[in-house]
Parts: sequence; C-alpha cells; structure tokens
Amino acid sequence: MTTVSMTVNGKPVSADIEDRTLLVYFLRENLRLTGTHIGCDTSQCGACVVHVDGRAVKACSMFAVQAEGAEVTTIEGLAKDGKLHPVQEAFRENHGLQCGFCTPGMIMTAVDAIRRRGAMDRETIRHELEGNICRCTGYHNIVSSIEDASKKMSAA
Amino acid sequence: MIPYNFEYTRAKSLSEAQAMLAKNPDAKLLAGGQTLIPTMKMRLANPSALIDISKLEELSFIRASGDTLTIGATTKHGMIAASADVKRMIPALAHMASHIGDPAVRAMGTIGGSLANNDPAADYPAAALALNATIKTTKREIKADDFFTGMFSTALEDGEIITEISFPKPDRGGYTKFCNPASRYPMAGVFVAQTKNGVRVGVTGAGPGVFRVEAMEAALAKNFTPDAVANIAVASDNLNSDIHATAEYRAHLVTVMAKRAVEHALAA
Repeated sequence: MTTVSMTVNGKPVSADIEDRTLLVYFLRENLRLTGTHIGCDTSQCGACVVHVDGRAVKACSMFAVQAEGAEVTTIEGLAKDGKLHPVQEAFRENHGLQCGFCTPGMIMTAVDAIRRRGAMDRETIRHELEGNICRCTGYHNIVSSIEDASKKMSAA
Repeated sequence: MIPYNFEYTRAKSLSEAQAMLAKNPDAKLLAGGQTLIPTMKMRLANPSALIDISKLEELSFIRASGDTLTIGATTKHGMIAASADVKRMIPALAHMASHIGDPAVRAMGTIGGSLANNDPAADYPAAALALNATIKTTKREIKADDFFTGMFSTALEDGEIITEISFPKPDRGGYTKFCNPASRYPMAGVFVAQTKNGVRVGVTGAGPGVFRVEAMEAALAKNFTPDAVANIAVASDNLNSDIHATAEYRAHLVTVMAKRAVEHALAA
C-alpha cells in the first residue's frame, strides 16, 4: 500500500491504495467521482478521459500513483458556481449526446483540444476525437457541439 | 481490468533509475505506459516493480543544433508533434508524431518507450530507420540499423536505458500509413528520407519488424518521384498475415504507401 496525494477538482485528496490502482478506479471508487466512466477498459474508447496537470489523458491507462502531486480535473470539476462550462453548455444546446455514456470523455477531450487549438473546423475536431468512441454513433452533433464551443470560446 | 500487483517507485534521477534496475532485474521502466499498462492489465506482462522515469527532466527535451535534431527519451509524442524545432528540421517527423494513437495517448506516450518496445506496427521505428537515427543509451550509441532486431526485440541489454535519439536533418522526408480502421495501428507505414548520402525507406506494420527496402532506395536516389517506386514490389514471404490483411495485400500496400510518402515528401 502507498499513500497517494493529489488535488482533484481543486480539493486536496489523499488515500492509501495498492500501487496497481488505476487512476480511473481511484477517482470512481475512492473518491466516488463516478462521472468519469469506464467504457472499454482497454484505452480505446475515451470515456475515462480526465485532465492531469492540464492535459487530457485516459485514466484507465495510468496508475493513480503516477498522479502523485498532480492537479486532476474530472467532469465534475468543470462547472463553476452552478454554471455549466461553455463546452457542457454547447453539448446541451446542440444535443451533443444520445445515451450520454461517452459524454464526460468527449467533453474533457474537447476542452483540452480547444485549449491547444482554439477555434476548430469539423475535420480537425474529428481528428481530435480519434480516441473517443460514441457507441450511439452520435458523432454529428458531438462535432457540432465542439465546433460551436470552440468558436464561442475563441471569440470570448 | 486489474494488473498483478507490483511495487512502484518514481526515480529522482537517471542514475537512481539505473541503480534500481541493476538491483531488481525483474523491474520494468515506466515512461508513458501507453503500451506497458494495457499489457499489464491484460496480464501479459507481470513485472514485480515499476521504475517511473517519466518525470526526469533530464530526459525530456528537444534540441536543434546545426543539422542534428536530438530528442530526449521521455519526450512525449504530443510535444514532438507541436515542436517548432521539429517542424522546421524534420516536418515529416512532427506529422508522424501527430498521428500516433490519439491525443490522450500522445499526452503520455514517449519516443524512447516506443523505440524500446519496438512494436512491429509502431510509427517511430520506421522514422528512426529511414532517418538513420542514432539511439544513445546509458552505455553506448546504437545506429538505428543495428537497434531493431525483430518483433518486440532490440539491441538493448538488461539495465540499459535509452537517453536520447539524434536525427540528422534530411533534405526531404515523408511518411504515410494505412491504418487498421479499428485499432488505428498501421497495416503498412512507409517513411522516406532523402539526404546528400542517398535515400532511405523504412517500413513498419507490414512485417514482423521494421525493415528497409533497398530496391526503392536505389530507384529514389536516381529519381525522387512516386513513379520511381510504383513498380517495385516487396516480397510477401516474410510479411504479416492476419484477419485484417494477407501478406500479399500488405506487400501491395507497401508500394502504395511508398508512393504516397514520396508525394508527401515532395509536397512539404
């Protein structure tokens, strides 16, 4: 067992865990932050994407101990003071989800892509979504949501 | 999926990582972990200890000096893809890095990890071979021609750690791959590099390990156009055959990808 400490959604957290604990299990089971989903568990689907020190990573492909001392943001940490993040708002406005299972990963991936690239065209958005799978195949509105958010956020 | 348990240590320096590896030959180095961790989750790898070298600043850098581009072993794909120095010196390498896996994988995966793993469908081995790279380790310098020794196999000895990779700047470079639509690993990927000393062609994804195609290199040295390689076929005897593609299909893809890689090099 190892004591791991990190900041999750702005709050310091600490727990005794096995070294083999994946970050996604630490978030879901130790911290009860179940917005980060486990879809495939084989690093294909992107439902588990969170931000570690500002970069989108797959929480199923990283051990919690690797995030020792890191700043982690999950989908629960995006909305501020009861107000949705602009990407969340864009998904709501553009009906960017069907069943909603992939949505947390899609949104965390989109926030990171917009940070790096600013306003994006649809082809770039599809390239950025390479690692996120929507099994409802609802990509059209997901891409529209991200396009809308990237333009609004770049204009702001 | 939960891997077998292991003991995790974050190395504070390269020398500490070396000492820990020497003490426990069963330990594995953890860099980006984007291959190692999925493999451990499948319980196909079962190291008793992981030594995390991903936070070692001394191994994470991109340095352009004269006609040589040097990249530290734990430099992430995303950093290489976005680097102004890489884009200026070897744009095809930046392009290649920007198409490895997906953005989340590129935020973690490292060039040294990819080379040390030598997956037969990894992208970097083709670039290292075609660009005539030199792989520097804690013990020596190894030319790319001597480094890749077969499927998941390299010249690295036990306890030897890659520290940096040097690429001579080519006059032109191009990379194109044909990906499996599900895994997105190349079924054939071809890197071409033209220098004053000639042309080198590195092929990944098609065979059990990365390889050069001398007939294409000779043809391109005389005439650096897609047409020069259009009628050069590689033998399918030693290529991979699986549910995704037969060896004959992969052999055909190598020629097609080589043509497109030359087009890519000429367009840059």
